[in-house]
Amino acid sequence: MKELMSGNMAIARGAYEAGVTVGVGYPGTPSTEVLENFARYPGVYAQWSPNEKVALEVGIGASLGGARVLVTMKHVGVNVAADPLFTLSYTGVNGGLVLLSADDPGMHSSQNEQDNRYYALMSKIPCLEPSDSQEAKDMVARALEISEQFDTPVMLRTTTRVSHSQSMVQTAQRSVPEIKEYQKNPSKFVMTPANARGRRVQVEERMEKLRRYSETCSLNTIHWGEKEVGIITSGISYQYVREAAPRASVLKLGLTNPLPENLIKNFAAQVSRLVVVEELEPFLETQIKALGIKVMGKDILPGIGELNPQIIARALKKAGIPVSERYRDAGPLPVDDAAPETPPRPPVLCAGCPHRATFHVLRKLKLTVTGDIGCYTLGSMPPLSAMDTCVCMGAGVGMAHGMALANPSMQNKAVAVIGDSTFLHSGVTGLMDVVYNGGSATVIIMDNRTTAMTGHQEHPATGRTLMGQPAPEVDLEALARSLGVKRVQVVDPLDIARFEQVVKEETAAHEPSVIIARHPCALLNKERQQPVTVDAELCIGCKLCLKLGCPAISGSGGVVEISAIQCSGCGLCASVCKQGAIKKGGQKDA
Amino acid sequence: MLKPFDVMLVGVGGQGTILATKILARAARKKGYDIKVSEIKGMAQRGGSVVTQLRLAQEVHSPLVAEGGADVVLAFEKLEALRWLSYLKPEGTIIINNQAINPVPVLTGAAAYPEGVLEYIGGRVHNTKVVKALDIALNCGNPRTANVVLLGVLAKHMPIEREIWEQALEEVVPDRFLEVNKSAFAAGYGI
Repeated sequence: MKELMSGNMAIARGAYEAGVTVGVGYPGTPSTEVLENFARYPGVYAQWSPNEKVALEVGIGASLGGARVLVTMKHVGVNVAADPLFTLSYTGVNGGLVLLSADDPGMHSSQNEQDNRYYALMSKIPCLEPSDSQEAKDMVARALEISEQFDTPVMLRTTTRVSHSQSMVQTAQRSVPEIKEYQKNPSKFVMTPANARGRRVQVEERMEKLRRYSETCSLNTIHWGEKEVGIITSGISYQYVREAAPRASVLKLGLTNPLPENLIKNFAAQVSRLVVVEELEPFLETQIKALGIKVMGKDILPGIGELNPQIIARALKKAGIPVSERYRDAGPLPVDDAAPETPPRPPVLCAGCPHRATFHVLRKLKLTVTGDIGCYTLGSMPPLSAMDTCVCMGAGVGMAHGMALANPSMQNKAVAVIGDSTFLHSGVTGLMDVVYNGGSATVIIMDNRTTAMTGHQEHPATGRTLMGQPAPEVDLEALARSLGVKRVQVVDPLDIARFEQVVKEETAAHEPSVIIARHPCALLNKERQQPVTVDAELCIGCKLCLKLGCPAISGSGGVVEISAIQCSGCGLCASVCKQGAIKKGGQKDA
Repeated sequence: MLKPFDVMLVGVGGQGTILATKILARAARKKGYDIKVSEIKGMAQRGGSVVTQLRLAQEVHSPLVAEGGADVVLAFEKLEALRWLSYLKPEGTIIINNQAINPVPVLTGAAAYPEGVLEYIGGRVHNTKVVKALDIALNCGNPRTANVVLLGVLAKHMPIEREIWEQALEEVVPDRFLEVNKSAFAAGYGI
């Protein structure tokens, strides 16, 4: 049967069909839906781990235990999982292991763009790149076969447009191989220097075998067209190339590490001009140039952001290469002077979001806020503008400590904010560091009881697992205390008077402190309170409430208006209003 | 040979573009089209501008609609119609829901909601259709069906027969919402 599936759904389906029984990951756009979909299939086990490193380690164990395994994460997650990955390359696997790296060119929902094919190159493992959902599904099975045949983890590398685009997929029956027997083998699995030296040689031998495999495997295909121009490409770029230059000959690489050197040389010899079309880094181009082959690539195409058929057609046309009629005249569109100004529509914290209250107080107290990754990163944007930094998961905690080290006057000024899921991902060690090294940073855990940004995934403090089972909840207060933090306070940020008082107390203290700002995500709160109302006679139009950046509040005229449809009734604006003009739902006029 | 057809659905997070996309994709498959759909999720969910690109043809390669390539742009909101206008083919059709949702820079007074959006687009695009989808949906009994009203308007401009649309609607929409969605679709189709 054929079904319309996103790349992520197709990867989940592919894992199911190929008999993967263990799926592990940490949520991160654009990878999240893979594990969510996989978990819904019968006869599989799927779990969220606290971070990507743990996820991969669980995956390694499951592989050694004999199962076929899928480990999922976004591109920056591989940075976290890189430590086990590089040595997993040495030990190899038992059951097949596929690591999904979902890259995000163009940074739709990421703090950087990085080309994770380099991880495959550097850790010396095969890399497969699908270009649509059918390939995404099929390549999971191929990756597992390669993993088992060559005794190696395999990277399946997607990009946002593959993960989140939907196309038709032919599904098939599931077939589950027998669980492989685990056999104790210290020289393979205990990577002491002596054993690792032996494995190091085997890694090179494996790469040599894979190189030979890549020359003839069906993952790399040639679509012969006219021979004036040959294009070498992979992943989503292949689909763009077929549109932009439908008559060109195309060498499509499905296996991009290691490269089929002879196949590339033969292809190059048969075309007059050669172009490499790839998103982000010149990964293929550099290696092809090293073979002594003359190619065009990043000299005509951008290395920043996503490609699309228009960008490719424009570049090829400029280089004198024939392009599709549809894109031939593609150029920047004429600017129309009469066009009304189009204000941007940035994402915002939802109406009723508890983070808004936290940021309101931090801004009011003029604190320097080292931030982190999650919905709350939106608190950095106007009008709240209450976050100073965002680097990576967990970074804010260490950074608050570092700021105080550099400049003692920052000691009572710098606070870290971090979400509950992010704290468990990689904030705990940062907090341990503050305590151990005699810091006095205040860490605010913005505990909304979920992993909100990626679509409400469970984590070790929510009391539920990915498969919907009840689970023990991490006690964040006790955890902070166990690290040696003596000052731990739990407070609802929407009680802003008390919250402000607590923040003042804790930032003034000369020792580490943790404030758990606890209030469930507004989108999880099923029982909506009554919307607030504005008393037009009392409102003086001071617009203090507008500085909360709540999507329910507007005020172009003299008096503010609050949308009853959007308002969640959280009452933050009523707390902020000095005129008493905003009444909480159900409140009678005085 | 099926006529290639590119559609963009543009709007604001929470306006129901996902259901409309599902019905549209189902109808296209029933007609025998190959189809690719591209949606951007993540940060865009939080009240940001959302865009869905659908490409229908005998065989589709790129999931992206080119600038100047959309046969129809279906805008769930006026400002978003303006933002994505450059994606419309010069001879294409733009369907605009006559609804304004203020983005935060407008709410806070940092920017102004543009005036004369409909006039500007209407003056440049011959096939501009403005629809009061919310009012029509209210008449049908549920304001949340504005998305299906708009889908009905779009359906009239696509090379897919009405019966196919109705089958797709029945297959995608849950039973308890089917009747109101059917009348919303019919109201849009009848415009």
